[in-house]
Amino acid sequence: MRTWRSLLVALFVALAPLALAQNAGKEAAPLAMDPGTAKRAVALANELRCLVCQNQTIAESNADLAQDLRRQINEQIAAGRSDREIIDYMVARYGDFVLYRPPFKAATAALWLGPFVLAAIALFVLARVVRSRRRLAEEAPLSDAERREAERLLGEKGKRK
Amino acid sequence: MKRAVWFLLPLAAFLVLAAFLFRGLGLNPREVPSPLIGKPAPAFERPQLHDPAKTFSPKDLAGQVWLLNVWASWCVACREEHPVLVELARQKAVPIVGLNYKDASEDAKAWLKQFGDPYMLSVVDRDGRVGIDYGVYGVPETFLIDANGVIRHKQIGPLTPEAWEKTLRPKIEALRKG
Amino acid sequence: MIPEIGHFALILALLLGLMKGTLPLIGAARRIPAYMAVARPASHGQFLFVAIAFGCLMWSFMSNDFSVLNVAEHANSQLPLQYKIAATWGSHEGSMLLWVLMLSAWSVAVAGFSRHLPEEMVARVLGVQGILSVGFLLFILATSNPFERLFPPAPDGRDLNPLLQDAGMVLHPPMLYMGYVGFSVAFSFAIAALLGGKLDATWARWSRPWTTVAWCFLTGGIALGSWWAYKELGWGGWWFWDPVENASFMPWLVGTALIHSLAVTEKRGSFKSWTVLLAIFAFSLSLLGTFLVRSGVLTSVHAFATDPERGVFILGFLVIVIGGSLALYAWRAPKIGLGGRFAPVSRESTLLANNVLLVVACASVLLGTLYPLVLDSLDLGKISVGPPYFDTVFAPIMAPLVFLVGVGPLMRWKEASVPDLLVRLRWALGVSLAVALILPFVMGSWKPLVAFGLFLAIWVFAATMVGIRERLRHAPKGTKLARLAREPRGYWGMVLAHLGVAVFIVGVTLVNGYQNERDVRMEIGDTVTLNGYTFKFEGAKSITGPNYRGARGTVDVSKDGRFIEKLYPEKRIYNVQQMPMTEAAIDSGILGDLYVSLGEPVGDRGAWAVRVYSKPFINWIWGGCVLMMIGGFLAISDRRYRLAVRREPELGAAHGAAA
Repeated sequence: MRTWRSLLVALFVALAPLALAQNAGKEAAPLAMDPGTAKRAVALANELRCLVCQNQTIAESNADLAQDLRRQINEQIAAGRSDREIIDYMVARYGDFVLYRPPFKAATAALWLGPFVLAAIALFVLARVVRSRRRLAEEAPLSDAERREAERLLGEKGKRK
Repeated sequence: MKRAVWFLLPLAAFLVLAAFLFRGLGLNPREVPSPLIGKPAPAFERPQLHDPAKTFSPKDLAGQVWLLNVWASWCVACREEHPVLVELARQKAVPIVGLNYKDASEDAKAWLKQFGDPYMLSVVDRDGRVGIDYGVYGVPETFLIDANGVIRHKQIGPLTPEAWEKTLRPKIEALRKG
Repeated sequence: MIPEIGHFALILALLLGLMKGTLPLIGAARRIPAYMAVARPASHGQFLFVAIAFGCLMWSFMSNDFSVLNVAEHANSQLPLQYKIAATWGSHEGSMLLWVLMLSAWSVAVAGFSRHLPEEMVARVLGVQGILSVGFLLFILATSNPFERLFPPAPDGRDLNPLLQDAGMVLHPPMLYMGYVGFSVAFSFAIAALLGGKLDATWARWSRPWTTVAWCFLTGGIALGSWWAYKELGWGGWWFWDPVENASFMPWLVGTALIHSLAVTEKRGSFKSWTVLLAIFAFSLSLLGTFLVRSGVLTSVHAFATDPERGVFILGFLVIVIGGSLALYAWRAPKIGLGGRFAPVSRESTLLANNVLLVVACASVLLGTLYPLVLDSLDLGKISVGPPYFDTVFAPIMAPLVFLVGVGPLMRWKEASVPDLLVRLRWALGVSLAVALILPFVMGSWKPLVAFGLFLAIWVFAATMVGIRERLRHAPKGTKLARLAREPRGYWGMVLAHLGVAVFIVGVTLVNGYQNERDVRMEIGDTVTLNGYTFKFEGAKSITGPNYRGARGTVDVSKDGRFIEKLYPEKRIYNVQQMPMTEAAIDSGILGDLYVSLGEPVGDRGAWAVRVYSKPFINWIWGGCVLMMIGGFLAISDRRYRLAVRREPELGAAHGAAA
């Protein structure tokens, strides 16, 4: 599908409509409202996947849709919505695919719990193996003949690594 | 002997993985399914392309089965599907409403003049907000909306004759009957 | 003509691979010296022909031969020379040729540095390499021929992807492939051992340097890729848990487990079947990575142009190679005896814990990477798994591992005592806690995650220092320097690599904790401040490059009124592909980077959207990786490997006669 390419071309045809502050003085105007809100907007945008390029977050992408959605986030923050509500808004329209943090539900339980279950099982097996090694070590004493042979060898060669 | 069975575990795990990978070769990871299927089409009211004084809203077509086609003059892939839409319009197979997405109206009108206008009417979505409400992420996209205003299918990408024959037409006929 | 020579050379390489992959293995099984002797010359011959093919492709790029399809799709007459050369491996077909070139090069290296190994072992190792080369060459010749012609020839090419037109990208694939493909040697050694039925500490000693060198290159390759992404992509990120990044990271995790496991097998004869399994896993993950990048099953910015036919071929190859080796493992490994004994608290068990944690971490990354595919194939919907997942899952698994990095080297083999360790390490523990609690205040604000990360890093550093001091105390008399110099390079390699881990963690912790950014619209003359630095925008002017046009901005950086530097961020559009690219301007330092990138022009008075970032200590991330790499190379240069090559021809002959 070449649609994403068309959007990139459009990006260059149209000037990006960015949120503007009316400041014309020396200190540059932020593109979002204020640093605190900007941080929140960026954090939210970093949780969402750009559907056009699909390999960037909405925060990073220059695609038209990403810019539109960033604008949406800014507007919703300004309207007083909570993070949860903004995320739900995006999911209602684009599905779980838009979230980089997969929601925890039945289908993703294996995903979220998997690593820790795996670690637990692995450490359990590790403990079993180590303990069985210790048993092996205890169960294999030298026989008399072997002990004499060992002493002979050690006496002969003296100190050697 | 029992110990030997554990050594088969890596092989078994790998074969399961390989099965999933094989299945994966037939899938398209880039396609995003719509969460709106089975839900009411989001409401909107926007000016019409050829008659900005009038507006259009999905409830205007309540009682009919219709298609909402998202298009734009800058969209290259739209030209691929356009002949199909023009033919459908000629056959009067199903009413098609165009959603002119993030476009300049002059360019849009010129485009329709050049390539043909299959739309009952086109609605102007200048800033893309309607698109966002419909979960549009790549133009063209086509939504099948039933008589109760519920979205029944979303076609991602150009509407091919195959997609029409195999998917849309049967669904439309089923919706019209039932 | 030249492309045809290249094509023919590949066919010859395939034939040599067939010889190499069959005769030596039969010879080793049936004790036919003449067959086994085929291995080395076949390796040399195959490398020669693959190199000829590679050279022909490179020549086609350098001479703008647009009658070759690959050149027409990935180059352009305006492309600067160094990128024309890099374009040789900038496409799917070219990078597969690079794969095979590396594979045959590694075989030549094994053929050359293996005089001290028994003949059947060498025959088997090279035989397995031969089988692998046959698979890849068949794949290239059947589905991905770089020498395919285009008729009529294109007037000019479609240009190399602008993202690849950078020095980092020129070096990153070759280094990465040296590592990726290098694990094939460890794999071949493992298969050779399983085929021969004999697996002991000597096998580990032979296999270890090869594995470590491959690991070094892989470390460097991944670090280079990360640094390139940071520089080129314009928003200061350095790791995205992208499927293809994960595809290179998973072999690295298992490779790290492998080099530690080999150490145990070499020193104590333990973990033999586990080490063999890890060697199989490491290379299997390399192959899996190759599949993921080229088959289209996952979306990634790295993914090459995809084609289901290619995907099926690679998957088939995977099933044969990985399935075959795991089946061989299931059959032969149970017969491998258990090794030395060790107590629950000992260096062996700590290294075993290291292995377990690394493998679990790798499994988690694999789970996250493939989960969307799994759900989709079960028709359970489409999800995305991104950095929020991986960051949440990866760090808790890695944290205990890093803690063990400090403890492990101080533990005795076979049996260690926890109270003893506590006594020796109490000073290190105290210092780490103290510094970790205080340092965040110095940096600006106290954050628990920062304190935790710093604790781990300083703990590794302090515990390593304790280890060095103890070791020197037990060394024979002499000046401090003499005693230091007498320690084997293998030891210093380990120290350096572990310190590299600590440095890496400092970098990651401080960047994540204290990085800052401002996203502003700047008119000419506007300023923005960040972390005490002031950035003044002096406007942007148009520029033209060899194959692009764009704008270059000028930004004055000053601190407390004192001028520091001028930065020149650029925004380019490449002529052929019409692709926009940001060239961020970076002021790099040991204590951190200042990073400026141009966004879009705003309005019509010359204003631009500009992003400024402060990235404290970010270079420690790659610095740590470099230290790890140097540590690895240092360890290989250890005397015992060099002596082994000289000393053991007689032993090798004895082995050959007796076996």
